[in-house]
Amino acid sequence: MSAKAKKNEGILQLSIKDDMTIYNAESLKETLLGYCQPGTQELQLDLSAVAEIDSAGLQLLLLLKAEAQQRGFILRLLRHSEAVIEVFELIKLGMYFGDPIVIPANWKKS
Amino acid sequence: MSNINPALETFSQEVDELLTAMEDALLVLESTPDDTDCINSIFRAMHTIKGSSGLFGFDHVVAFTHEAETVLDRVRNGERAIDPELIAVLLACKDHTAQIIQHVLFNEDEPLPEALQQQGQVLIAELTGSSAAAGNGMPTTQEEKAGHFEVDPNTTDSSDNWVISLAFKQDALRNGMDPLSFIRYLQTLGKIIEVIVTMPTMPRIEDMNPEYCYLNFKIAFNSNADKKTIENVFEFAEDDCEIAILPPNSRQEHYLQLLDNLPEDQFKRLGEMLIEIGALTEKEVALTLNEQSDDDNEEIKPLGEMLVAKNILQQPVIEQALKKQESVKQKINKESSYIRVDAAKLGYLINLVGELVISGAAMRLMVDKHGLSDVDDVASTMSHLVEDIRDTALQLRMVQIGETFTRFQRVVHDVSKELGKQIQLQITGGESELDKTVVEKINDPLTHLVRNSLDHGIETPEVRVQAGKPEKGTIHLNAYHDSGRIVIQISDDGQGLDPEKILAKAIAKDLVKPDQTLSQSEIYNLIFEPGLSTKEEASNLSGRGVGMDVVRRNIEALRGSVFVDSELGQGTTVTIHLPLTLAIIDGFMVEAQKERYIIPLSMVEECVEMSSDEWQIDDTQHYVNLRGHVLPYLRLGDFFHKNKKHTHTQRESLVVVRFGEAKAGFVVDELHGENQTVIKPLGKLFENLDGIGGATVLGSGDVALILDVQGLIQHAKKRVRPTLALTSAF
Repeated sequence: MSAKAKKNEGILQLSIKDDMTIYNAESLKETLLGYCQPGTQELQLDLSAVAEIDSAGLQLLLLLKAEAQQRGFILRLLRHSEAVIEVFELIKLGMYFGDPIVIPANWKKS
Repeated sequence: MSNINPALETFSQEVDELLTAMEDALLVLESTPDDTDCINSIFRAMHTIKGSSGLFGFDHVVAFTHEAETVLDRVRNGERAIDPELIAVLLACKDHTAQIIQHVLFNEDEPLPEALQQQGQVLIAELTGSSAAAGNGMPTTQEEKAGHFEVDPNTTDSSDNWVISLAFKQDALRNGMDPLSFIRYLQTLGKIIEVIVTMPTMPRIEDMNPEYCYLNFKIAFNSNADKKTIENVFEFAEDDCEIAILPPNSRQEHYLQLLDNLPEDQFKRLGEMLIEIGALTEKEVALTLNEQSDDDNEEIKPLGEMLVAKNILQQPVIEQALKKQESVKQKINKESSYIRVDAAKLGYLINLVGELVISGAAMRLMVDKHGLSDVDDVASTMSHLVEDIRDTALQLRMVQIGETFTRFQRVVHDVSKELGKQIQLQITGGESELDKTVVEKINDPLTHLVRNSLDHGIETPEVRVQAGKPEKGTIHLNAYHDSGRIVIQISDDGQGLDPEKILAKAIAKDLVKPDQTLSQSEIYNLIFEPGLSTKEEASNLSGRGVGMDVVRRNIEALRGSVFVDSELGQGTTVTIHLPLTLAIIDGFMVEAQKERYIIPLSMVEECVEMSSDEWQIDDTQHYVNLRGHVLPYLRLGDFFHKNKKHTHTQRESLVVVRFGEAKAGFVVDELHGENQTVIKPLGKLFENLDGIGGATVLGSGDVALILDVQGLIQHAKKRVRPTLALTSAF
């Protein structure tokens, strides 16, 4: 799993540079879990380089979202790639990410 | 009944039927107390009897049934609850009604005997007296019912969409499933309106395995496709996913309409109806039914309830389907009308059919003899028709054994109360059919066997609990067809037979010698010997040592056989084999010493050439080695013509016959093949002939003897040395 992180005043920016599929789900989870640390106020995920996403990847995003709510930090998804948008549209993820507790402002910006 | 006028005869028949229906309904009520059908049928029985009795001026009957009717009316209106006491009283009322009607029918003008009057008063007191106390018992169930029906039929808010619930199992991803791809494919069938993703089984993030699938989807889906098509989308995911597809409400209307239009010609099961209108798929039904049978902890939920609970179908559709089912049932009940036919007329018809079969065979013979090829076709068609007529005519006399079986519900109910035991009766195979004459004759032996099981077999609840068995004992009546015969089994899960006790008793009664070695099953079957009872004390039900031998004699008189098998502490099973019919059978004709014999075809196992090289024939001991089995054999020619001297020069055949577990071979000169055999009873003079069960007339006018295979097998075995007999075909 390759990801690049920038840290800036509690805001963590992470670019995912790989597919989000079952084949690298394990390492992706480890990476994401690694960033869910206390002190993180906002986690921004740059999805622009995600060429492929499947159920395993989606599951991780959903899990991360739930985790963010639980731990009280903000999860923002940035620069969705086409693959991500396709999946989000397919299963109307607006509903889930549009949860009233945390509203990601730019989930559909590409 | 000769002095009773026809109207009264009809009345008495009607009453009989009504009372039987009432009894059945009461017994059903025992397990399902709020079955409105049953309550109605009981009410109807009392009501109709009251009405008809009024017509004839039977005031006693009217007075008594009026009381019963009043109470039943209150039950019907929900003012009184059905409880075991009421059922017991009503059963007694049923008996009482039968008694007073018997009385008034035969002694029309005499007053009721004192005993009957008193009995009636006691019953009326029980009926009405306890009703006041139990008056407020009903509302609970009534309310429950009301509540049940008011459940909001709409379980979903997305009104006009299919609601598809997918719960993937953890291994789905590993098995190469990608839930998203199914949803993608779903899109090709319609429009996905909304998706709700949940992960109800998701553990803490640290413990979560990213290669497991935790996803559940609920999809609102708008499509015109039918349920089957939608289900097919998920065909490959079946093993890794629980799928529930709830049709949209607009579909529901559609389904309701389809239900309305379903033809009402035959009774269908709920699942079948719902599949037919497309509301359910076969898979869903199969799956739900599986769950229903797997779920053995509590009482079984009806299919409809399970379907609603599982979100497969909405309540209104199920309700409508049930209503439809009910109306079809009623319609069929109304339509299935019977014609009462004099049994003698039917017997005459069967006789004629028998003659027809014989003359058909005669014609066949002539056609063959004169080689009339153009007549041949016509003759073949006719013999087909004759065969059909034969089957149909015999069918007329066939009745289902279920009715005989259900009569035992009452016996079991009464006797278990009397003995303080808890016993339930299970009935399977009630739809097996057999000849009415056989049914009539089997009733007594069956009653005896059931009572035996009740009395000796099933232990008292305390003993059962101590033995680690369920408190409630079970008696199981089962029937099935096996190679042209019907097999009836009476089994219980009681204490079983004690072989040592039986043997000791048999030795004491001089039935066996002390040094005789008997196999387990031979010991068990000793109970059919006269004068053997293992019960220490006789009760008023059974145990006097008369009976089992009578049972066997009755059954053997029907050309049947009876065996018992048992395991100490586990239970006993009595198995009865009976011929289906006593009139016409498929026979196998053979010839020995110019004499023709018929063997019932169902008992013929195989025919082989009697060649000494192959079968190692032992001519002095009379057995052959049939592929490693010792098979006793009998030369039919020698057996039936002992005094003649025969020469066995020509080729002989060995017909292997089987009766139950026992086998033997008959050596004959010629095989003639299948033959429709009309059984003609032998005259009084020949009744006790050994090895002959009857006779038949052949097409040529000759007489052929029908072999009593069971008896002959015994003979064949006796000729072999006893030690060999034991190790032989058994």
